[in-house]
Amino acid sequence: MNTLVVVDASRNLRGVSCPMNLVYTKVELSKLRSGQVLEVILDNGAPINNVPGSVLKEGHTIISQEQLADSAWTVMIRKK
Amino acid sequence: MELSDSYLERYSRHILLHDVGVEGQEKLSAAKVLILGAGGLGAPVALYLAAAGVGTIGILDHDLVELSNLQRQVVHFTRDIGAPKVDSARQKMLAINPELIVKTYQDYLCAANIREVIDGYDFVVDGVDNFPTKFLINDACVMAGIPFSHGGILRFDGQTMTVVPGRSACYRCVFRTPPPSDAVPTCSQAGVLGAIAGMLGTIQATEVLKYITGVGDLLTDTLLSFNAKAMTFRRVAIKRQPACPVCGERPTITKLVDAEQSVCDLKR
Repeated sequence: MNTLVVVDASRNLRGVSCPMNLVYTKVELSKLRSGQVLEVILDNGAPINNVPGSVLKEGHTIISQEQLADSAWTVMIRKK
Repeated sequence: MELSDSYLERYSRHILLHDVGVEGQEKLSAAKVLILGAGGLGAPVALYLAAAGVGTIGILDHDLVELSNLQRQVVHFTRDIGAPKVDSARQKMLAINPELIVKTYQDYLCAANIREVIDGYDFVVDGVDNFPTKFLINDACVMAGIPFSHGGILRFDGQTMTVVPGRSACYRCVFRTPPPSDAVPTCSQAGVLGAIAGMLGTIQATEVLKYITGVGDLLTDTLLSFNAKAMTFRRVAIKRQPACPVCGERPTITKLVDAEQSVCDLKR
């Protein structure tokens, strides 16, 4: 399903803990136009449990989130 | 502009706020705010604006730090006694945040210099200790179209309002003229509970941050007052007055003049 999404920007946030992972996600989103897609890689645990919810609260859309082989997650966000 | 990791970490608690975000923080970095008075109100305003990353901060005060200031003017330390207040405040602001530009004006505010001093600032904070200068700040800011926060404290009481010239009531819409000079005690005569300087100054600093970032509703057309003994807060709705001598339909005050009891006259 991911393969159909055109990614406009990507940021690897492996090893970045809360809340700076959300700060960097917001920085990347601020560079995009409405409707563009950001991919972020988040660690398993607190990051994947917290960042997507905060992104949703700001009005953006989570298109997908999938766990990778190293247990990190790839999350696709469409900017509002 | 590519923001550094240290910038993002320093301001992360602002950036995390939905209403502020990266854009709001960049507005703060680009903002120029002038603090008039480095005393009880100016002290917390200076510290919080520096911490918040307001990019250019001006601060004006003629006085030197005195021992009796330290009970409430928290930007000044015991070691600063005898130093110009503006230098003491500048040093603390830069210690919090070395990336700021801090401009100091060791001078009294007078009709002759206020226009030049406020020119180019996005917002002005009134933290002066006498009524004639408060009216002078109002008149000069209204004429120059610069928004400002009025603030005053005495004993256990504080009051503040935010003025956006042309859009909201000005100080003179509420209080037409300064009170007679013998009718009003100063802090040095009446006393003031130190911590209420922080209560009121931090409200003023909050208004600055809200104005610059565009977040929330300003304290415009509203006079907020509190009494710390009862810890009661009161909001009084006020309106622009068509007959206001400064911002009304036919202004009668069209140039700046020093009131008779101006600090400039008293202290020189």
